[in-house]
Amino acid sequence: MRALYFAWIRERIGKAEEEIVVPETVVTVADVIAWLSGKDECYAAAFESTKSIRAALDRTHARHDAPIAGAREIAFFPPMTGG
Amino acid sequence: MDPAAIVRVQAEPFSIEAEIARLTRGRTDLGAVVTFTGLCRDEGGALAALEIEHYPGMAEEEIGRVVAEASARWPLEGVVVVHRYGEILPGDPIVLVVTAGRHRGEAFAAASFLMDYLKTKAPFWKKEHRRGAVPGDWVAAKAEDDAAAEKWRG
Repeated sequence: MRALYFAWIRERIGKAEEEIVVPETVVTVADVIAWLSGKDECYAAAFESTKSIRAALDRTHARHDAPIAGAREIAFFPPMTGG
Repeated sequence: MDPAAIVRVQAEPFSIEAEIARLTRGRTDLGAVVTFTGLCRDEGGALAALEIEHYPGMAEEEIGRVVAEASARWPLEGVVVVHRYGEILPGDPIVLVVTAGRHRGEAFAAASFLMDYLKTKAPFWKKEHRRGAVPGDWVAAKAEDDAAAEKWRG
């Protein structure tokens, strides 16, 4: 699936998007966060405060307990500050 | 009747007059147009510029969902939402909400609702570039913005 990162999450990881292939044991948004956090210290720093992480599946807001099955795009970003 | 709903996400400035005209041109049945314009504050002279990042695609779709919710709550005759991204200088407009209705009540309420919801749901992030400071700082989300959106529930 396509993973997109925004704002300080993007900066800490050092890229705006990438293709990820998660193992079968990764079922929910929270699982993806935990799996990415284990990749290296940049990902770990980006996701260290999980309650500051918002997610979207196929461009729709998703809770951390949402299943990722079938989604083509997952995005991670901080709480929104537009307007 | 489904109201006219226009949602745009763009780098360029917008014309408030032109956006109002999109809803009112040729109409004689409208009684109220409310506009809200969000501006870039200079924070007492400290701010040099804002940089606004967005999630292309989702930004438009999420604003569209918020507009649909406003249209379900109030009898609106038209809505325009324009949100800018990129570099914004102090004094420049960031966001525009225009609501049109037969009466002022629904136009005022829907404009206020749209702004409260946009701030917490539309995927935009502001980075502040302060004078003499490098790099910029991401703006933290405010609890009062969540509270403002929350008051419309229930």
